[in-house]
Amino acid sequence: MAKRIEASNVSSYYGSFKAIDSVSMTVEPKTITALIGPSGCGKSTFLRSINRMHEVLPGARIEGRLTIDDQNIYDPDVDVTAVRRMIGMVFQRPNPFPTMSIYENAVAGLKLNGVKKKSLLDEAAEKSLRSANLWDEVKDRLDRPGAGLSGGQQQRLCIARTIAVEPQVVLMDEPCSALDPISTLAIEDLMFKLKDRFTIIIVTHNMQQAARVSDKTGFFSIDKTGDPGRLIEYDDTQKIFSNPSQRKTEDYITGRFG
Amino acid sequence: MSILERQVPGVVMTPDNIRSRKLPVVTNVLVAVAAFAVAAVVVLGTGIGNWVLAVVVGAVLYLVGLYFAAGRVEGRRAAKNRTMQALIYSACVLAILPLASVVWTLVSKGIERLDANFFSTSMNNIGARDPLGGAYHAIIGTLEQVGIATLMAVPLGVLGAIYLVEYGRGKFAGTVRFFVDVMTGIPSIVAGLFILSFWVLIVSPWFNDGQPRFSGFAASLALAVLMLPTIVRSTEEMLRLVPGPLREGSYALGVPQWKTILKVVLPTALPGIVTGVMLAVARAAGETAPVLLVAGGAAAINFDPFGGNQQSLSLFVYQQAGDASRYAPARAWTAALTLVALVLILTIAAKLLARRNKLSR
Repeated sequence: MAKRIEASNVSSYYGSFKAIDSVSMTVEPKTITALIGPSGCGKSTFLRSINRMHEVLPGARIEGRLTIDDQNIYDPDVDVTAVRRMIGMVFQRPNPFPTMSIYENAVAGLKLNGVKKKSLLDEAAEKSLRSANLWDEVKDRLDRPGAGLSGGQQQRLCIARTIAVEPQVVLMDEPCSALDPISTLAIEDLMFKLKDRFTIIIVTHNMQQAARVSDKTGFFSIDKTGDPGRLIEYDDTQKIFSNPSQRKTEDYITGRFG
Repeated sequence: MSILERQVPGVVMTPDNIRSRKLPVVTNVLVAVAAFAVAAVVVLGTGIGNWVLAVVVGAVLYLVGLYFAAGRVEGRRAAKNRTMQALIYSACVLAILPLASVVWTLVSKGIERLDANFFSTSMNNIGARDPLGGAYHAIIGTLEQVGIATLMAVPLGVLGAIYLVEYGRGKFAGTVRFFVDVMTGIPSIVAGLFILSFWVLIVSPWFNDGQPRFSGFAASLALAVLMLPTIVRSTEEMLRLVPGPLREGSYALGVPQWKTILKVVLPTALPGIVTGVMLAVARAAGETAPVLLVAGGAAAINFDPFGGNQQSLSLFVYQQAGDASRYAPARAWTAALTLVALVLILTIAAKLLARRNKLSR
């Protein structure tokens, strides 16, 4: 059950530093949206503010409205853990829990949220590992440590862990930047597969990747260091990469800038 | 000519030959033999010292000789490398020597009374002329006092460290950290005096018809005071080593912070925390002054940590070492050996226990 995300005039601050300025965009359910832009332009900050992960840093706050199916996730009576269960996240570097086995990693979200029944956990582990295209590689060694897998496998394990709690939205923060091309391809294939069930937003530095996987693309940029990042253009991927309406976007994707 | 060539003599940036001569092993051994022979002749011949001084002088001569021998054959850079390497190895040997010496002394002197009688009897009714007598009561006391102290200090210390790392912000956390640092430097006798004046003289009379009373539990309190800062600091360091992305990974699954700490952060840091706790336990087990002040020591077996005087191994060592009986020193050595063995066994057991929970690599 994928959900629609709407951001209107979202500005994000770290203390007194304004990281992004007045971003508005609508992400339709069951689509893949790519966020591109130079380093430090605020795309990761925007992504992290969608599931309130930026709040992990002290002093981080946000202005504007961010709604998921018309519920504002920044309303005072909203439970942060519920938001994060609904909006999962995959990080740049694979971060499987080192003390847990592959099986325990896959169902960590369920277990830590109180699911105890072994049969349910077994079912969820197999289902999520299959969804993450990892089952065939690990089914004979589920009790081995998750940190012993290769980088690409670890990242797919983290994706399995994320989708095991059945979120409605999956955020990916440069999920392939630490991986080799073959593992990257495996994860891109996986994203197409997951698109049927989830809304996916991905931050990437790889423009070919954005062009390959996404339906829509948002281009973020900053004028100079210290300025807040802005959303310059947000449109169909097709259009952004063939005929962008902003000069800056064209400069960036053709490699003249950034 | 490159800058390197101009500045450093003997360096050729584009050498035709990348090989260099190596100091033969035979030469190395010859230098060592010569160095120690010269040292022995000089030191022992003139009678200014014994074999220890000869070895030290020999080692220094060897280092110098090696530097010049290697310098002639291999050049200055390689000679420095060789000398420094030899220096590091000697420093390592020098650091291990006292430790080996301590263990050897303990074992060789402690073995005399290492018998069943020592571990099954107390010093009750043992006079100056009795060769028997044991440390059973002291072992009981040490185990009870350190055990209770650990039960008090570990939860407090670990929770305090969790507060400092995961929740503490601003002035209050800074103050807590500062006072923990100050506590680290408290001499054990001061902790003992504090418990004496607070627990033994003020609190214990409430439970003993108005009479102050020594107890093993009072010793536990003093030991807990000593253990607490060590546990807080080491646990804090270990928790800080847990990578942030692990916490974020857990938060991103919708896991609340307390559960993230309990199920992800603490298990990851567990082996390090156990090491810190065992250091604190080892320190507490070796403390003599607080036990002397607030538990008083005893000759008889007392299982009750809340009632009356209790003995501990370190206090037993202290008392036996100062005793006039000619059988006492042997008892002191064996008790010291027992104390070291006890701490060693506890440490190994704790490490194994902490590792069993982790996955095999």
